[in-house]
This record gives sequence, structure tokens and C-alpha cells, in this order.
Amino acid sequence: MAEIARMRHGSSIGQPLTRRDGLLKVTGRARYAADNHPPGMLHAVLAESRIARGRVAFLDVEAARAHSGVVEVMTPANRPPLAQDPDDKSVPFSFRLDLLQNDRVRYAGQPIAVVIAETLEAATEGAALLAPRYEAEPAEVLLDAAEAFVPPAVGVGGLAELWHGDVETGLAQAAQRIEATYETPLQFHNAMEPHGVVAAWDGDVLSLDMPTQGFALTQARLAALFGIRTEDIHIRSPFIGGGFGSKLLTGPQVLGILAARLVGRPVKLVLRRAQMYGPVTHRAPTRQRLRLGAAQDGALTAIHHHVRTATSRFDDFFEPSASVSHTLYAAPAIATTNEAVRLDTGTPGFMRAPGEASGSIALESAIDEMAEACGIDPLEFRLRNYAEVEPVSGKPFSSKALRECYAEGAARFGWAGRPLAPRQMRDEDGLLVGWGVGTATFPALMFHGQARAVLRRDGTGLVETGAHDMGQGAWTALVQIAADSLGLDPDRLEFRSGSSDLPDAGIAGGSAHTATAGGAIQAAGEQAIARLTELAVADPRSPLFGAGNIGVVARGGRLVRWDDESRSEAFADILARAGLAEIEGRGSAATDPAMVERYAMYAHGAVFAEVKVDPELGQIRATRLVGAFAAGRIINPRLVRSQYYGGMIWGLSFALHERAVLDSRTGRVMNADLAEYHVPVNADVPSLEAILIEEEDPHVNALGIKGVGEIGITGTAGAIANAVWHATGVRARRFPVAVEHLV
Amino acid sequence: MSLSVTLTINRVPRTVQLDDPRVTLLDLLRERLDLTGTKKGCDRGQCGACTILVDGRRVNACLALAISHDGADILTVEGLSDGERLHPVQAAFIAHDAFQCGFCTPGQIMSAVGLIGEGQAGDDPERVREGMSGNLCRCGAYRGITEAVIEAARAMAETAREEAA
Amino acid sequence: MNRFEYVRPRSVAEAVAAAAVPGSAYLAAGTNLLDLMKIGVARPARLVDLNHLPGLDGIEHLPDGGAQIGARMRNADLAYDPAFRRRFPAVAEALLSGASAQLRNAATVGGNLLQRTRCAYFQDTASACNKRRPGSGCDARGGENRLHAVLGWSESCIATHPSDFCVPLVALGAVVEIEGPAGRREVPLRDFHLLPGATPERESVLAPGELVVALRLPAEAAGFAAHARYVKLRERTSYAFAVVSAAACLRLEEGRIVASRLALGGVAAKPWRAEAAEAALAGATPDAASFRRAAEIALAEARPSGDNAFKIELARRIAVRALLLAAAGTPDRLPALPASPFASVPGGFHG
Repeated sequence: MAEIARMRHGSSIGQPLTRRDGLLKVTGRARYAADNHPPGMLHAVLAESRIARGRVAFLDVEAARAHSGVVEVMTPANRPPLAQDPDDKSVPFSFRLDLLQNDRVRYAGQPIAVVIAETLEAATEGAALLAPRYEAEPAEVLLDAAEAFVPPAVGVGGLAELWHGDVETGLAQAAQRIEATYETPLQFHNAMEPHGVVAAWDGDVLSLDMPTQGFALTQARLAALFGIRTEDIHIRSPFIGGGFGSKLLTGPQVLGILAARLVGRPVKLVLRRAQMYGPVTHRAPTRQRLRLGAAQDGALTAIHHHVRTATSRFDDFFEPSASVSHTLYAAPAIATTNEAVRLDTGTPGFMRAPGEASGSIALESAIDEMAEACGIDPLEFRLRNYAEVEPVSGKPFSSKALRECYAEGAARFGWAGRPLAPRQMRDEDGLLVGWGVGTATFPALMFHGQARAVLRRDGTGLVETGAHDMGQGAWTALVQIAADSLGLDPDRLEFRSGSSDLPDAGIAGGSAHTATAGGAIQAAGEQAIARLTELAVADPRSPLFGAGNIGVVARGGRLVRWDDESRSEAFADILARAGLAEIEGRGSAATDPAMVERYAMYAHGAVFAEVKVDPELGQIRATRLVGAFAAGRIINPRLVRSQYYGGMIWGLSFALHERAVLDSRTGRVMNADLAEYHVPVNADVPSLEAILIEEEDPHVNALGIKGVGEIGITGTAGAIANAVWHATGVRARRFPVAVEHLV
Repeated sequence: MSLSVTLTINRVPRTVQLDDPRVTLLDLLRERLDLTGTKKGCDRGQCGACTILVDGRRVNACLALAISHDGADILTVEGLSDGERLHPVQAAFIAHDAFQCGFCTPGQIMSAVGLIGEGQAGDDPERVREGMSGNLCRCGAYRGITEAVIEAARAMAETAREEAA
Repeated sequence: MNRFEYVRPRSVAEAVAAAAVPGSAYLAAGTNLLDLMKIGVARPARLVDLNHLPGLDGIEHLPDGGAQIGARMRNADLAYDPAFRRRFPAVAEALLSGASAQLRNAATVGGNLLQRTRCAYFQDTASACNKRRPGSGCDARGGENRLHAVLGWSESCIATHPSDFCVPLVALGAVVEIEGPAGRREVPLRDFHLLPGATPERESVLAPGELVVALRLPAEAAGFAAHARYVKLRERTSYAFAVVSAAACLRLEEGRIVASRLALGGVAAKPWRAEAAEAALAGATPDAASFRRAAEIALAEARPSGDNAFKIELARRIAVRALLLAAAGTPDRLPALPASPFASVPGGFHG
């Protein structure tokens, strides 16, 4: 199997190549959106609301205009008209935007004006001089504040209620029952690169330097909003300084485009860090009630996972936290239910592992509590409840090497011999030591993507697709796929990406980008090779004459007969004889509905965590993290490890660090910065290891790729929470675990 | 008083007329001198993305007023490599995959160069981690960063020994 | 940030004269002031730049064992001064546990003393804050205040002082040297910062135009060098402000404490010297029971100002920890994680 795969896929896939964009990134030459400065450019700065609900009664536009360097102030009074209402919901997952459509305020941090000036300093001070006055109305921002309702769907079309089997009977018959409520906080993506745009209009043609995780989606929305043609919108986004789900089209970026329209000059608008805590989506808080039943031997009899979450007053996105309970552990009865409240906050959205992350930490904690109740080692408990088929659907998994993940992760971590009871281990300094485990999972998704591949007469190739690199390594991994599909060395390939002028590669989200864009590239390459093969095998002058399509492979810039390696011909020679400068293939990739119908498709992993806790002071450090993940074919192990590391650090952050603090009286985030909204620093991550478990998946997609960007958060957060319990005997059920929970 | 400052930027002396006393070193580099390698992540000294060397010391360019730095010697990521020959820290960052999105990377690299120059951390991983904790990386490339800094520190120490010999 | 007039004096006298103009602010590194200007909390009409003054940027080790530190000396330079580290290890450890390497390379000694509170309501110009706008109220009361003061607070203000550096300094009896329109004067650090009372906008004894020019550590302070530590509880391993912190310095003779110094950070609007606790330690054996008694005394008057009752017990525990670590002896080399509970302790502590 592996041998065939290597032959089919040549030699580039699977190699730990260093990043092709590495040189640009270490020399400061990688150009991010805000690094652009077209001639005549002005700077725009947002003014944002400091109340959460009400209306803007007054803006001192005159004071702002009077400030030296200020060119214009954009408010609802003079904002250029739009062809589409920003509150239009005719397209699903087109979120309502705040584009100065009126004087209403619906959350703290909402844009209420834009000041445009010759310099950043003048624009910034101009925005401060607006000194807004408001008519404030009472706002609700806490989960308890509002009346709950059952959302129509959660996440992207997920069922708000799912009942499989008889949960109440399962619980009633259980020898052990646990019921526990877990709380996860409001979180913000906080990519290092603030959202921004450099916008320039030339008539109705719009040029944008703007980080985006989805070209076609962004173009379509902008075309609708401005009443212009999608092909007249040119977006450059070669490098995204982190997205994590927050860099689809945001309101502030559209305001930058509007500002450019208003003043008739190019405009740069970049959010201040504090402005990233409102209009650019977030992960909503949740309160999750888990009810579990188990027989005395530890076999689960029932799982009920109930979620209360929040969306904004004016739009819908519901963090689908319970979905992990559909797939992770076998139980004859599983129910997931959701309720939500509407709050005066910005609209939540997709934040790295939306639903999976928040749901995983609750489920993994509850599973651990049940293992404890049954007196069973938590790893053994998970193995006893191993899902051989997807529990709620009964579908087989397209592949699932989770057992191997558990085994190799445990061996590497040294799990054996872990005492069952908490508070049993100390280090040489007397610090409490605890070990925890969590299961990781993330669905293997695909979007629709397209690509173009060209073989040139000079023996080089060109591949084009509008892919997005936000750190996953698209510039490298996609080239590796292209190289193999075209039978060329990666160094012989030109790769064009990061622009909306190229074939659309689908959104970079759902850990699906490599599968989608890579699948399209693979198909395009195969088509180019097939066309070239047609030329060769039909030509009596070719050594491949008569070989037939099936009997030829592309390798090292040559077509080679499958059964006779001595018979081959260089691409360049075939093209030259045919009098062609190049030959092109086009390809696309998308979900195969037949496979979705037949299989449950997920990546899996097992994460083992060691924490140390100061017994008196309660300070926690995750001293060792070992994750073992199985995610189908690995295109580039170096990049994939980095993705796992990053995800695991997000899991660490989820368990121990990040939390937005809202003042319930005003609805303002009181730690809207990076000093008090804690994300891990280097010293928080002393030891991190990711093991790549081999997994062949013939069903998930043509390349056998499952996606690795988000799975690392899941499992890790729970493993750390469980390790904290094992160290201290304190079961923290509110995350992040705070020092006052432990002392 | 005139708002003119003389700075040596990446070994080139330049006199800059400031249009405004409020301009930080960061905004001077990025918005006026087209040196956009240095990044703005928070503009408040809380993330380290804007780390540059001023008179050989790593500082946050966002919290440094340009007018106040008259006469300063400034090194940014653009001035780090010797032509096309990468600085050992840059090369080590590529080798250890010490970045993902790359946005914090210039700041990480300049911070690492500063750290090695300070001579306090050596190749002790814990001291390197502590010393690099002023540079946030939301992608979570810390393991590679630590490995890269240690490797570069060792390589530079080796070179220094050879040159001394 | 507002436009301001920029002045670059060439001497202390020129600086003091320039700052006599109302609305003036001294600019040292600017790591705190520029930040406050960016968020609209500080809007000085005139910046008097201290960066081009001659001198005031070094340390003089006095023959008697004390030290005089120029106010413009950078935090990192002080922490890495070998003689300073040897004589005042707890101060060096506190310095290196604060902020980031980048900030320590820029921030000055004088600026560290004068940094403003991290209270979110002080930083948020839309909130009521008596410190920022006298008489406007205090939105931290009844707001998000889990990290606010438990000692010395008033109804008008519950903010804390954020400095790590000041905690061992106040323990060691540092003296602040000040130049001003009325000449030179000296103020012990313990009297330098003010508790909020009804005037939280007054944070120190500095009169308008007065400039901190130096800091002095008395000879006596070096006598604690063998048993001096700073410990800081944080919500991440590095680059975070203290939840609570403590500096402890001991002089031991024949198994008894002959002199002690104890101060707490993160608990009040000023670095909190615990003199009653020090008195209780005189003559005691350096053990957990003595230290716990001292800690009880140090926090005897503590009361929560909001959702922060847990800090009172944590402050007691960190005081005990600092004392235990001090008793164990100053390590030869500062730990890799300065002031951290995760800094390795030979022999262990908690068992």
C-alpha cells in the first residue's frame, strides 16, 4: 500500500522540506497587507463605540476636522452609498456588518466613524477628538442575562438537538453517574497581524491589499455591497499574519474601502489591537452540562451534552460545542442539545476549532471524572469506550488510527505507572505533578477549489491557485503536491498563489485548505500530464508510442513507461515535437457526497500532559505535552508538526490562560490588549512533542489528506485540565483554570 | 526646536525631517522610510513584533519616540543579513521552522539577536525561553524558536572562538 | 495621541525649569508614558525629554557598601551590573521578573518608580476613575476587580502599584533623590508613594516639576545579600504583572533572625513594607511557623476591595515563600526564571 502510494505520488510528498517562503519571512521581505503604501495614500483610523447598546447622539466632527492633517471624517451622514444593505442576509454565512448604516450601537467596539488623514498620527488623534456622546440603553452581555432559546442550527448547519438511543434509560441503568457543568470563556482570535486593508479605487475597479482566508467569498460580498463586478475586485493576500477564522471579510476592512471611495485616494486602515475585541468575531462563551452514565466496568451507557452559548443581538452564530460528543466515545445513548441567548456583543464566529475546542475540554473533563468515579485509569477508560463506528450514525470511519495514537503517545510520555489518585506526585522541588490525557478529533472537511497547471517547453512547470497562507505552509505543501502530480522537482516549479486573480482555492478554514487546494492542484496536474501523454503515445516518433495512458507515469520531468523504465521521453521534447509552448491542465476538488454518505471522516489524536502546580501559590505550568495524531497522508512532516505544536499551544492557552473580561455594566471588554488578555509566552511551553502516526485513508479524498490545523487544540485543553486535577485533586470546571480555583 | 533627527539605520546615516513629534520609531520605519519588515502587532509594548536594536539593544520600537532618539544607531531585520548571506539566527529560524505566519518573525529574530548579544542566556533552554518571552507568537512556534536561538547562539559562539584563535 | 511641544533640556536645571510650565511631563524611555498617551489617559501639552541629559545613567557603588543609582539608568543595566547583583540580589531578581527584556532595556529606574497602575478602569477613558479624573467615581468598585488592592485602599480608589522593582527597594530602605524648583531633597521610598485616601490622583510626594534624579540604597541593605529573594505569582510563566509578590531579606546569626525585611507587591497602591511583621521576626528561628506568623501580621489589616479576597491568603503565602527562600540563601546565580515559583530550589520547599 505504502509502496504504491509512493509510486503514485512520487518523491516530494512526505518530505520535510523547509518553507519556500522562509527566506522572505526571516528577512522582513514578506509583504503583509499593511506593508503597502501606494502613492497618495491616506491613513484611516476607526472610532469605536464605548457603549454596548443605544445610539450615538453626537460626534465632534468639527474638532476632528480641525486637527492638522485630517482630511475627512466619515460618519453615517456622509458614508458613500452601498448597493446592498450591510444587514442583508440573503446569502447564508454572510454576516451582518457594521458599516455606518445608522447611528445605532449594538455592541461595545462597534465602528461609529472613520477619520482619514495625511498621517497615521493625525488620523489617530482625529478619532480621539470625536469624543462621542451617546444615548445609552441597558445592555446584556452575560450568559445568564438573557432568555434562552433553541437555535435553528449550530455551527454550519449542525443539528441543535440530536437524540440517539434512550439517554434517560441509559443514565437510570448506569452503575456510575456524573453530572457536571463546565464554563468556557469569551475568547478573541488575536492574530499577531491586526486586521487591515490598503484600498485603492480606479473607477469601479478595486485593488486591495488585505489579509483574507477566502478570496471568492470576499469578492462576492464586496461585489454585492458596492454593486461592482467580482472580476473588478483584485485582492492580494500573499501572506496572512495569522487568521484562525477571524480573517474572512470584516466590517472595518469594508470601512477602509469606503473611506478610499469617499476621499478618492488610496487609504490604509489597520485596526488597533483594542479594536480587535469587537467587530472581527470571537469565540462565544459556553456553559456545558454533561451527564454521563457508565456500567461498573466503565462502559458508557449514556452521554448527554447540553450547551448554552450566546450570539449577538443582531446575527446568528452558535458555537457548536456538543458536536464532539457525536463521534468520540461509544455509548448506546447519546444526546446533544443546545440553547442560546442574544447579547449586546459583536457576532461570534469561527475561531480555531469552533465548537470542537470548547466542547472537547468539557467532554474530556467529564470523561475523566467518570473514569475517576469508576476507579479506572483514564486512558484505559477511553480505550474501553473506543468508538469502532461513529456512535450516532453507525457509519464506519474512513480510517481511524486512534488506538495507535493512544499507544504511541502513552509510550512516549511514559504514562504507565501513573497513580490513579490525585496529589500523589511531586517533583524534586516539591511542586505537585499531575498527568492527564485527552482525545483529539477534528472532522476531515473539504471546500470547493480550483487550480491550473502548466507544463512549459523549457521543462519547467507553473501551478496557479488562489490559496491562502496564514502559516500552515501553503507556499510549500501545495508545491510538493504539484511537483508530484506533474512529475517535476519542486525547484522546477513556479507557484503563483495568494491573489484573487487566480483560480479560487476555496476558503482557508476547517483544516481543509491543503485537501481542497491540493486536490485541485493534483487534478490539474493529472490533466496536464494526461494531455501530454495523449500527445506522446499517439506519436510514432515517441519512445512511448502505443503505451496507452495507463501505462505511463510522470517522473523527473519525463513520461516513463510503467512496465519499462528504459522507455521514456522528456516533457520538453514532447512539447517541442508537437510545436507547443506549453500544455495546460485544469482541475478542481470538492467533497465527494458519496463518501460523506458512506463514511465518518475524522482526524484523531491523543494528547498527554504533565503539569506542575505550586501547592501553596497555585501557579500552574504545563511542563510537558506529548501529542500523537493520525490525520491521513502527511504532505510535509515539518510543517505538520508545527501545526500540531501551534494547536497544542492553543489548547494550553484554552485550559490555563485566555479569557476576555467583560464589565457586565457597560459591556466593554476590560482586557482588550495583549498584556492582560493572556496568550502563552515562550516560557509557558517548556516541552512540546508531536508524533505523526501513519494512517492511510483511501476514502477521505484523492490525496488521503485529513487536515491538521485545528485538531491540536482538542484533546490538549482537556488533557491539561485533567492533569491539573491529577496534580491538585481540584476539578476545575471553569476555564481557564485560575489561581483562586486551586488555593 | 527643529524636528530633525539624525539616525544611523542599518549602517546608513540619515537625517530625517519629522513632520510630527508624535512619530514613534516604529511608524517612522514603517510609514515614512519604507522599512516595513518591522511589524506592528499591538503598538503598546505588549507583543514584541516591533523589536529592533537601538544602539545594540533590543527594544520595542512602538514605545520609542523618534524625536527622542536623535543620534541613535538602529538595526532592523532588513539590515541583519550580510547581502544574501543570512545571519545565523535567520538561517536557524528556517531550519527549525521557527515561524508559521511569519508576522512576529522579524521581531523574534531581532529579539534573539539582542538576547545572544546580552550574553545572559547562553544555550540554556530555560533562560532562552524566559529571554524570548517578550515576543508573542500566536501561531505557537515557540519550540522552533527556542531551538533556533540555541543553535544560533552556539554557532555564533563557535565562530567567535574561531575568530579569536 | 495629542500634539505636544517637545523640549530637549541639556541639564537637570534646564529640565526642571522647562517642566515648570503647567501640563508638562518628563519623558524618560516612555515605555509607560507613551503607552498612556496612545490610549488617551495622558495628554501632556509638553514633553521634557530627559534622554539627552548628561549623566544620571550609571551606578556608583559607595565605599560604605551602599549604592547610588542614576534615575536614567536602564532597568536591564542595573540588573546586570555584577556588583549590584551581588549586593542587592533581590532587587536584581525583581527587576528581571518585570515586563520583557525589550522593556527592561528601555525603561529607566526613575520611570519604574513612577509607572502608573494597570487598573483597567484607569486605562479606559470611558470609565469613571478618581485617579484619572478626580471626582468622577471608581468603576473598579463593583466591576472587574479580582486583582485589585487588599491593603491601603479607599472608597475612592482600589488600584495597585504594578512595580516589581519597588518591592525589594522599599524593603531595603531605598531613598529617592529629587531635584525640583525648590532645590534638592530626599524622600525614603516608603514615604514616596501615597495611598489613595480621598486624593488618588496624587500618587507620589513629587511636587509639580520635581524630578527623580537618583535612588540610593543604604549600606545596611547590602547586609542582607546572603538571604534575599523576590517571588512573584503570575498568571503566565513570564511577561505578566504580579497577582501578588513579596521580597524578603534576612540576616541570620546562629540560627536566629537578627534582622529582617519584608515587603509585598500587587496588594496596594504602593509597595507595601510590612514592618510589624519584620518586628515579629526579630530573634525568631527562620522556620515556616515563624514566617507564617509574620505573614499573618503583615496581612492583618487586609480586606477585600471586590472579588479579590483570595489575594489576601495568597499574599500571606507568598510572604511565607519569600521568607523561606531567603532563609535558604541567595543562589549563586539568579534562577533561569527569576522570581518564579517554578525556579528550581535545591532541596525543594514544599514537601
